[in-house]
Amino acid sequence: MLITNLFFYIFSIITIASACMVIAGKNPVHSVLFLILCFFNAAGIFLILGAEFLALILIIVYVGAVAVLFLFVVMMLDVDFTRLRAGFLAYLPIGGLIGFIMFIELVLVLGTWNLDLNLPLSNGLTSDISNTRALGNIIYTEYIYFFQLSGLILLVAMIGAIVLTINHKQTAKRQNIFNQVTRDPKESVKNVNVKPGQGI
Amino acid sequence: MDISQYLILSAILFTVGIFGVFLNKKNIIIILMSIELMLLAVNINFVAFSIYTNDMVGQLFSLLILTVAAAEAAIGLAILVIYNRNHKSIAVEDVSTMNG
Repeated sequence: MLITNLFFYIFSIITIASACMVIAGKNPVHSVLFLILCFFNAAGIFLILGAEFLALILIIVYVGAVAVLFLFVVMMLDVDFTRLRAGFLAYLPIGGLIGFIMFIELVLVLGTWNLDLNLPLSNGLTSDISNTRALGNIIYTEYIYFFQLSGLILLVAMIGAIVLTINHKQTAKRQNIFNQVTRDPKESVKNVNVKPGQGI
Repeated sequence: MDISQYLILSAILFTVGIFGVFLNKKNIIIILMSIELMLLAVNINFVAFSIYTNDMVGQLFSLLILTVAAAEAAIGLAILVIYNRNHKSIAVEDVSTMNG
């Protein structure tokens, strides 16, 4: 139990410190790298909790896809980031006030409410099957519509991103699929009687 | 371990995300990253409650949040790329010229 506590505190301290570095960093590339560190440590916290499927998905999806996408965009956009940092401290008082109030409220909520945490096992979760199997047991049966809906969201996002960033150059030569498909041999092949020694 | 430790961690992480939105009001890339931080905090909350109440639905919803976060990052960055292509800058204070 002690070692669990120790690892929880290590992971959470690194998570919070790297989250602070994400928002305070001068260079956005450093921010993205600290975001990756933050996700790694959050995955460690998920592992401590016992949600190993989500922990590994967090690493694969967030670190492998989303954070690398951020990294690509930050490196691809050639922007003067120092100009964007102007007025960094101008919003510190109001932002600090609102953030502080929110944090105090969130912590106060913890002290006042009382949840009975000794609930029976439910929703396909029994103690002798793995976390991944338990998640699969409900995701493809009871919550199949949520699963389909998330697939639809990803499809819409993919189409949206492609449509937004596609860049048709007018000068480039393109295939005309309709013309290619509607060609038939009668029009495109003809017999030529070539005389000897002359060519066409 | 007590659940309130996880909840406090997630509260701190969420607050850091809000700070990030306020402090980096001009840099939309950092704002998107702050949103990711906030979604991560929400995920930690969901998973902690899912484990401590013995209910898998929390983890299922955490998975859905992951999906939506990935979609949101893709669309946001695509908008950012075309905005940068047209304006040669990503300063979001004059982004209102995009309307109409």
